[in-house]
Amino acid sequence: MCTVCGCHDVVQFDAGLPFRHVLADAQHHGRGAAGVSVPGLSQARLVQVETAILSKNDAYAAENRALWAGLGVLALNLVSSPGSGKTTLLCRTIERLGAAPLAVIEGDQQTSLDADRIRATGARAVQINTGKGCHLDAQMVGRAMAGLVPRSYLFIENVGNLVCPAAFDLGEDAKVAILSVTEGEDKPLKYPDMFAAARLAILNKIDLAPHCDADLAAYEANLRRVNPTIAILRLSARTGQGMAEWVAWLIRALAAKGGI
Amino acid sequence: MHEVSLCEGIRGIIADQAAAQGFARVVVVRLEIGRFAGVEKAALAFAFDAVMAGSLAEGAQLQMIDLPGRALCYACDLVVEIDDRFAPCPVCGSVGLQPVGGDEMRIRNLEVL
Repeated sequence: MCTVCGCHDVVQFDAGLPFRHVLADAQHHGRGAAGVSVPGLSQARLVQVETAILSKNDAYAAENRALWAGLGVLALNLVSSPGSGKTTLLCRTIERLGAAPLAVIEGDQQTSLDADRIRATGARAVQINTGKGCHLDAQMVGRAMAGLVPRSYLFIENVGNLVCPAAFDLGEDAKVAILSVTEGEDKPLKYPDMFAAARLAILNKIDLAPHCDADLAAYEANLRRVNPTIAILRLSARTGQGMAEWVAWLIRALAAKGGI
Repeated sequence: MHEVSLCEGIRGIIADQAAAQGFARVVVVRLEIGRFAGVEKAALAFAFDAVMAGSLAEGAQLQMIDLPGRALCYACDLVVEIDDRFAPCPVCGSVGLQPVGGDEMRIRNLEVL
């Protein structure tokens, strides 16, 4: 497809004129000064932009990513629907990581309830209230967290929302999607963007699976349908089942991060 | 999803472009929206007029160009066009394709005065 005009019928590109291309029955586009032709419009009045709408967010995300790479900080963006058990999972994770240095950013529309729960474990937590907003953005996260310890974990608990946070890069190493077994096996198919963007999916609350006729194999099959390369861990933050594998994944990911 | 945030991004980019390229008014804003961008075009159009009010793009026409979803089929070793993330390969029918394009959301160009 031509990246200038979006035309799908490209047969060949003209090597000397990268924006000019040859169609099966005609040759058109891209002969004017601006490299594009639009009916009824003079070339001089067209301003080429070719800029991603979220380019400002992406620039802040790149700053965050560079800062964290230099420090060897492993940043994970935890995404899910509300009530999947993100905060409980984090509390149990912090307990299991013991003395490992870490920090938590909590995103919610209102209240500091989640940050209070994290602080009760002894960990450092910053609460971001997005007000009317439905997601965290890279600038909010960059402002929230200064003074990170080298070679530490940064857990970013995003606003509970399976739609918007998929599109906003925060500079994280990976998105981790948490899906609880009470939500329904079809969730990955209904909200594919989020699960497609995640590197790891955690199937949480598996202790409840027998009580709600949850089909764990169907959850995994649907996750792989929208993301063939996604890693999946089955876990119960309440009983501790699967927590050792999750903590092992974290330790491996931090070791692979490098940095200082 | 967050169409007002997207429109605020568009407004910011237009302001930057106006300063850099010296124009006073925008009459058409032309966007490229990928099939998998997660953008609800009707909501974006609705938010656009409200967010552009008071800017140099107030009253501008919004045009949205659809870009197809593209995915790699491991069986064919080909990039094919698909309409949803878990559609089978239109060539060989196999499933488990890896999306490789279609999440674009960018301003292609502006018509300015």
